[in-house]
Amino acid sequence: MADRTVLSPLREGAVQRPLPHDSADLHVAGTAAYVDDLPEGPGTLHLAFGLAADGHARLTGVDLTAVRAAPGVVAVFTAEDIPGENNVGPVFHDDRLFAEDEILCPGQPLFVVAATSTRAARVAARLAKVEIEPLPALVTIAEALEAGSELEPPQRMARGDAAAALGGAAHRLSGTLEMGGQEHFYLEGQAALAVPGERGQIHVVSSTQHPSEVQHLIAELLGLRSADVTVEVRRMGGGFGGKETQAAAYAAACALVVAKTGRQAKIRADRDDDMAMTGKRHDFRADYDVGFDGEGRIEGISITLAARCGATVDLSLAISDRAMFHADNCYFLPAVEIVSHRLKTHTVSNTAFRGFGGPQGMMAIERVMDAIAAYLGLDPLAVRRANLYGPGRDVTPYHMVVEDNVAPEIIAELAESADYAARREAVAAFNAGHKILKKGLALTPVKFGISFTTTHLNQAGALVLVYADGSIHLNHGGTEMGQGLMIKVAQVVADAFGVPIETVKVSATRTDKVPNTSATAASSGSDLNGMAAQRAAETIRERLDTFAAGQPGSEEWSFAELCRRAHLARIPLSATGFYATPKIHYDRASHRGRPFLYFAYGAALSEVVIDTLTGEHKVVAVDILHDVGRSLNPAIDLGQIEGGFIQGMGWLTTEELVFDDRGHLLTHAPSTYKIPTANDRPARMAIAIWERGRNEEPTIHRSKAVGEPPLMLAISVFSALTQAVAAAAPGKGLPKLDAPTTPERILAAIDELRARDD
Amino acid sequence: MIRFLLDGEAIEVDVPDPTATVLDYLRYTLRRTGTKEGCAEGDCGACTVLLGELAGDAIEWRAVNACILFLPMLDGKALRTVESLGGTHPVQRELVERHGSQCGFCTPGFVMSLYGRSIGAAGTRGVPVGDVIAGNLCRCTGYGPILAAGEAVPMAAEQDEALVAALGALRPAYGHPASADELADLLLANPETRIVAGATDVGLWVTKQLRELGPTVFIGDIADLRHIEETPAGLTLGAVVRYSDAREALARLHPDLGELVRRIGGVQVRNAGTIGGNIANGSPIGDMPPALIALGAELTLRRGTERRTLPLEDFFLGYGRQDLAPGEFVESVRIPRPSPGMLIRIVKLSKRFDSDISGVCGAFALRIEDGVVALARVAFGGMAGIPARAPGCEAALTGQAWSAGTVEAAAQALASDYDPLDDLRGSAAYRRKVAANLLRRLWAEQHEPVSVLHG
Repeated sequence: MADRTVLSPLREGAVQRPLPHDSADLHVAGTAAYVDDLPEGPGTLHLAFGLAADGHARLTGVDLTAVRAAPGVVAVFTAEDIPGENNVGPVFHDDRLFAEDEILCPGQPLFVVAATSTRAARVAARLAKVEIEPLPALVTIAEALEAGSELEPPQRMARGDAAAALGGAAHRLSGTLEMGGQEHFYLEGQAALAVPGERGQIHVVSSTQHPSEVQHLIAELLGLRSADVTVEVRRMGGGFGGKETQAAAYAAACALVVAKTGRQAKIRADRDDDMAMTGKRHDFRADYDVGFDGEGRIEGISITLAARCGATVDLSLAISDRAMFHADNCYFLPAVEIVSHRLKTHTVSNTAFRGFGGPQGMMAIERVMDAIAAYLGLDPLAVRRANLYGPGRDVTPYHMVVEDNVAPEIIAELAESADYAARREAVAAFNAGHKILKKGLALTPVKFGISFTTTHLNQAGALVLVYADGSIHLNHGGTEMGQGLMIKVAQVVADAFGVPIETVKVSATRTDKVPNTSATAASSGSDLNGMAAQRAAETIRERLDTFAAGQPGSEEWSFAELCRRAHLARIPLSATGFYATPKIHYDRASHRGRPFLYFAYGAALSEVVIDTLTGEHKVVAVDILHDVGRSLNPAIDLGQIEGGFIQGMGWLTTEELVFDDRGHLLTHAPSTYKIPTANDRPARMAIAIWERGRNEEPTIHRSKAVGEPPLMLAISVFSALTQAVAAAAPGKGLPKLDAPTTPERILAAIDELRARDD
Repeated sequence: MIRFLLDGEAIEVDVPDPTATVLDYLRYTLRRTGTKEGCAEGDCGACTVLLGELAGDAIEWRAVNACILFLPMLDGKALRTVESLGGTHPVQRELVERHGSQCGFCTPGFVMSLYGRSIGAAGTRGVPVGDVIAGNLCRCTGYGPILAAGEAVPMAAEQDEALVAALGALRPAYGHPASADELADLLLANPETRIVAGATDVGLWVTKQLRELGPTVFIGDIADLRHIEETPAGLTLGAVVRYSDAREALARLHPDLGELVRRIGGVQVRNAGTIGGNIANGSPIGDMPPALIALGAELTLRRGTERRTLPLEDFFLGYGRQDLAPGEFVESVRIPRPSPGMLIRIVKLSKRFDSDISGVCGAFALRIEDGVVALARVAFGGMAGIPARAPGCEAALTGQAWSAGTVEAAAQALASDYDPLDDLRGSAAYRRKVAANLLRRLWAEQHEPVSVLHG
């Protein structure tokens, strides 16, 4: 590894310290338990879904005779066996656990096999004789737009008169950008284990970001009450949004088998099946029409976003909303119209993925910046700076005032520290001296809105138990998928009690500890749960303080001694805490309001090199400056920044989802779907947390959310590649480069550019 | 039955199903669940374990993917898993201190790969950390802290006399053929027997296609098929020489061959996969064949006591069809040493540099004498149903002045040589275009850097 610089602010106190992940020692020892690692009770049944082989079709018959007769098969269940509602869809109840009359897309489950081994179940699941009448399949964005296949009417967000501003602008440009989707590729595939209890109760261990939703869906599926179903999550082997809604089907299938057989049931998805069955980041098309002045300052803009949502609603409406919310990124759009199409296709139902539509919206406006710069022959960074939010230019397209705009400062600091101007000259010199290899450089900012845009989801609960020996048991509604939520919240609690971090024991997230929780999503985990846990801890802390105040010599007591005495004095040592994000509101009918409590900011400078004969490319250097407010844990936050950047880079470069014309995913394995490896990491990466960061809003210890925003720093890679392609044919304007930038797309963009008339 | 050592303890286990995997055995029989299944096809490294074999008076360890390692392939060997390290190895400490795990699911695989590097395991000696872990996927960290941890771990060769003695005393129990002669007899008598060498391809038939293989024979441990004969005239590789074992000798033939091997799979795949198996399976891409064909490699096939030798390109008859008779097997491949001064270039194009299958693989071997192309061998993978030479391109080069004009004519001649595949790795149009560009790049590289990897 050539170079790696990480600057981490070191601060004193239980919070703001770079403590290791709470499970790090278990991770490296191989003793951190995931769902499939848990002991299996005697007679455990192993499940496999029978999947639709073809795409959109009428389902006319399923003959399961051979499946039932296969070795090891104990039972097979279809939609007819579901006692309650055949649904695992979170909001719109349109996701069938098993298809009934219509197959919506390839990979849709038709039935589940319960067998004595996973292999027996999988072998049997392929033996069904399925009769279908194929129906026409809409697969691409273009096909769905043409057919008017939309999940809801197109949404329109506007401020000012975009059409008039466009008409009156000195310069006007239009263009299109296509962006592929992204497979989550959590290393731990979807998995669940369900165990029968008494009176039909069920305990489910699920690899899910949303235990409460899994609980509620299972109850409805089985005709039970929520109190009959407990869902537990200790940790996931990665989630990234892919286990927010899409874990439910696996957990529900296990619960159904438990309800039907009385036996323990487990499912773990084969990687290829997982990739074929579960939704991904939405692919988008963005069309823009922009008017601007001679300095590149936007006067009016119209942006149309079209998202491939797949066969069901899932979270696509909120995801498309968030794409609209981020089509401004850091830029003031004086007169703006954003139209969003949510396209229903006969492909797997796309779902949450780190950024939740934000990255696609942001890609659109960053492409506009590059287009304006290419047209005017300006430095793209100058165009970006000319368009930033600022005093008097501070209202978003959804009419929220940007009160915490630190983007200009962060951009200026990064441009200075990473030597943008000199490196831009060096890149130009390199390009002048090389015919085959071309370099590109880009600095792009990020502004990401923090809060669930569905307002009621912005709540969290926590349960803190203090034992008489002074040890502390912490529980809250957030789930651990690797992001370090548990250690951060434990730090908050340790800080609240003034005890060492080792005193606080984090535990599995369980629906019987904290009810009605929101998904661990939207980067909100530590904001919401940290605050709830702090409140629970402070409740107990205040009781202890009050008790101690009346006790002579209590200032000499250890925390354990204090707890022991408080217990003897019959002071309650458990408490719940609750937090609901203040200030936020949103009217979806008019697309106006304050959907976000605050914004997280960052900026990245990426330098790339391409081979103009093969389209191969490499990211050679990256500099990042990112705002996490006052970091709760700089080590964890740096990990989120670095990992998020590389994941975003993968989305925009090597990760290509290929579907056939019936909607089958052809790249359904790591052999064909290529996430970054260690050698794809840029040889030089310098990552710094913005030292002056401090949340203007009174969030937990003035920190900021960090899960999603850094992913969008990787847009700098896409812009840098655009610059490098442009350098292959200087003076020809903006290349038509789409994402992901496979060598094939880069070469095609070079060819198209060179073929243009001067 | 098989017999192997796990943490020094001899274990005997019946193997009624020869395609049962080591991963499932570890996880669901022994309940050693630290080794994870991430993909069950050898592409993510979450199941990395170390296999030990006696090499003289020491143990040669090699990291492999347990997910596509069949139990009979453990016979007579030593096995180490993440549990063997006890949680306190320097690799583990460094990963904790440098925040090298987030979700933790891939972590045991990284621990084993980096541990392997620290003890000089196969395919890791003198190899940068990035290459050692290129077969381990992490979706959380962005790899920085893992690379840093790998750099920080000191090299520490292990000398475990007791284990050496135990392994020396361990008698394999499965009954694998001991020699090429035994294999030849077996295949002559039972020509339908499925040959399994490294199982990096056949493994997926079992884990992904859920196929029953029928009668199998495991040939990976047949010593006289594992020979590497390096002479001034060339290099002969036995059929079961693994990529990692051949890499240095291949790199000595030409550095591009070494680089090509570096980009085939990860260390775990190169530690299991064999060059003979890659040829015998006849992939239309062919990881190695285009390069070997350009260099004039010859294949020796054997049936019983009969042997025949043919140019490698003649072995590939058509998509999925090879010139292999029932009962016949690949015994060795011989690659002539290029004469000094030959212009050789081997280029693999893929979406991702490491551990990816090429969309196009181009290989060029030119002898240029007095400014004239005296000899040209050009071969491509990914351009047809089989790896194949480019006769039109070769003709356009041969006997012509070595010039930009000749190269351009040869590049255009490729269009009539191939009817490329159109698939998820690239469109036919891209493949045509880029194949021709590789020739143009061959010319351009005389004047300026051309590769983003080395430029």
